[in-house]
Amino acid sequence: MIATAVTLSMYAIALAMAMSLWRLLRGPTLPDRILALDTLSINTIALLVLYGIHARSSVYFEAALIIAMLSFVGTVALSKYVMRRDIVE
Amino acid sequence: MNTLIDILIVAMLAIGCFFMLVGSLGLVKLGDFYKRLHGPTKASTLGVGCILLASIGAHALLGDGLDLRELLITAFLFITAPVSAQMMARAALAIRPQDRPDPPKHDTQPPRD
Repeated sequence: MIATAVTLSMYAIALAMAMSLWRLLRGPTLPDRILALDTLSINTIALLVLYGIHARSSVYFEAALIIAMLSFVGTVALSKYVMRRDIVE
Repeated sequence: MNTLIDILIVAMLAIGCFFMLVGSLGLVKLGDFYKRLHGPTKASTLGVGCILLASIGAHALLGDGLDLRELLITAFLFITAPVSAQMMARAALAIRPQDRPDPPKHDTQPPRD
């Protein structure tokens, strides 16, 4: 039962990733694209955790943690660049 | 007992996927950037949180041992999601300063009786 639910959840997360990718490509303004990139990385975290259940391995947890940290740093750096054209003040 | 934990894990997965889908749907469908900022914050806290709880339960049930380190991702996202949302809103206001709403008008007058 859990295996079926994990497979269906991976399909649902893939659909969510496709929707945020659409916003990333379409996005009228630059902050829209930053937000879409942040959402895409959050979807990737969920997909990696689900793949960790599917593969019965806890290796993917570390990858998800690294993606969470890097996406936070990337979002903050992009936002600061949009605000001031300067990241490290 | 195992069936009960199974049902709990599947329910957690369903709730998490529902919030992830709603977050991305809000990102696609809502009208302007400040409205769109609402959707993915729910996905990042409730969606990933529920999926990580299901992952802890599944790893414990499948015999890999109880591994509470996965709560680190939830804690990290709970700390960083408001910060990044506020930075994105400030970036949007810096690009279009005319979007900033007017301050309330009669703020300093004493209330009438």
